[in-house]
Amino acid sequence: MQDIVQSYSGADLPSEAFMPGEAEPVIDCKIDRLHYGSFLAVRDTHVPIVKNNITAFIGPSGCGKSTVLRCLNRMNDLIRGFRFSGYVRYRGKDIYERTVDPVAVRRYIGMVFQQPNPFAMSIYNNVSFGLWLNGFRGNRAERVEQALRGASLWDEVKDKLHKSGLSLSGGQQQRLCIARAIATEPEVLLMDEPCSALDPIATRKIEELMLELKQKYTIAIVTHNLQQAARVADQTAFLYVDTSDAGRTGHLVEFGPTKALFQNPQKPSTQQYIAGEFS
Amino acid sequence: MAQHADAAAPARVSGLSRDPLSGIERQKLEHSLRRPRTFVNALLSSVVASMTLLALVPLFSVLWMLIGRGAKRLSLEVFTQTPPAPLEAGGGFGNAIVGTLVMVGLAALITVPVGVLTAVFLSQAEPEDRLAHVVRFAAKVLTGFPSILAGVFAYGAVVLSTGKFSAVAGAVALSILMLPTITLTAEDALRMVPTKMREAAIGMGATSTQTAWFVLLPTALPGIATGIMLALARAAGETAPLLFTALFSHYWIASQGQLDLLQPTASLAVLIYNFAAVPFDNQLELAWAAALVLVLLVLVVNLIGQALAVRRVE
Repeated sequence: MQDIVQSYSGADLPSEAFMPGEAEPVIDCKIDRLHYGSFLAVRDTHVPIVKNNITAFIGPSGCGKSTVLRCLNRMNDLIRGFRFSGYVRYRGKDIYERTVDPVAVRRYIGMVFQQPNPFAMSIYNNVSFGLWLNGFRGNRAERVEQALRGASLWDEVKDKLHKSGLSLSGGQQQRLCIARAIATEPEVLLMDEPCSALDPIATRKIEELMLELKQKYTIAIVTHNLQQAARVADQTAFLYVDTSDAGRTGHLVEFGPTKALFQNPQKPSTQQYIAGEFS
Repeated sequence: MAQHADAAAPARVSGLSRDPLSGIERQKLEHSLRRPRTFVNALLSSVVASMTLLALVPLFSVLWMLIGRGAKRLSLEVFTQTPPAPLEAGGGFGNAIVGTLVMVGLAALITVPVGVLTAVFLSQAEPEDRLAHVVRFAAKVLTGFPSILAGVFAYGAVVLSTGKFSAVAGAVALSILMLPTITLTAEDALRMVPTKMREAAIGMGATSTQTAWFVLLPTALPGIATGIMLALARAAGETAPLLFTALFSHYWIASQGQLDLLQPTASLAVLIYNFAAVPFDNQLELAWAAALVLVLLVLVVNLIGQALAVRRVE
């Protein structure tokens, strides 16, 4: 542990933080300027997301961490006035290239949202929806069971697969959303504060689940909860918002292995944030 | 107000008297109509309640009269027979019930796809989309469109071009009246679908068409169905648009198993209109019975709409 911290203590340029010799990132995200209309929401943020790792985005409210996450599968396309300069390379291919179909991108890079959002249909259909979208021809029931087991929800719902997904508790709904997302076996899972609407027990369950899921998937998570980032994330990116020049523009302050970032933060604002001096 | 509290204050226990520190007058806790705001409150509440009752008077008095004068003529015969000739006894308005159902159903077949798909467009359009603004405005104008003009339009568009009065012409006229109700209620219902559900579908890689078809429409279905039912109920009671489109007929719309939509067709509303103006007792009685049947039909359709709306809440 100590020597990891040592080896990182010299790193000071977050945008170049990725160490040589590490695995090639699945997603290499570099945001130079991100606007909503005339509002500059995020600038100068470079975060590589490594295969089978959990990468956490932390930072105070309004620092643009959700915005960055939503760039990774082009969910921001839904927002009017969204403009972007930089790149998001998924397996070397920039998903913001003109020729890329955002619909196809989202089938490889799935998303779990802050509010559990199952469809108003049965538990079974919620999970098989993605299979159906992708024209899956195999044994659907088997895949649904696999996905529900993968989200450790199977035992709780196996006797009521045809009940509405909305009849489940909040934590169960969120695991249903995870099952729905992994049913089509995406490569990357984006999670936007997946536990902020859940109680501590449900939160723990989701965290354990994330640690299991990273064996198979690559995960990027936005969280308000520093302990959560410390518990689950391999890498952590700390974003901060400068209010000095009239706007509220978020940017990356520091990025590195979670333990190093928490135990030996390099930047004063990271230190302050981790010490709880502001939120 | 202030006097009232001050005069009472000295004799009362400290908690209820005027508190010198807060400057807020304390009043006794019991109800008292002598307190002006309590009195005004009670007065306005009773005004509101009596206005509500007043608004219910037309509905219930009409229903009362219809039952009183129409119920006695209700029998199996009125549902199975065609209208009698003048001075003929007996008869019924079975063909008019069928005609109304056929024309309203045909109008729904025309309107539901157009209205619901328009609503999908409206609900998904950008807030400053010009076309959406124009469509929405047109739909709102159409809500107050005089029903007789819908009949004039269908007369020009269908009756003149086909050369005869017909059920199709009647259905076209009714569909113009149903269109705005269906479009606007369906748009509302689609907008009520939480954004997070739309995001969920798009986040999984659904196209906007798949999102609309498989997530938005099923989720909004109860609300859309309620709107359709309200529009159907309104159309079933319309007379003016049918007067010079479907006209009237003394015969069944289907004979020997053949449904002929291109012929003059009877409807309950026009039957009531025609029979209410003749000097024959038999026809007058049938008009009352037909009015009762029409109101019950509309009531049932509305109840179905209500039931669907309740399902949406659950």
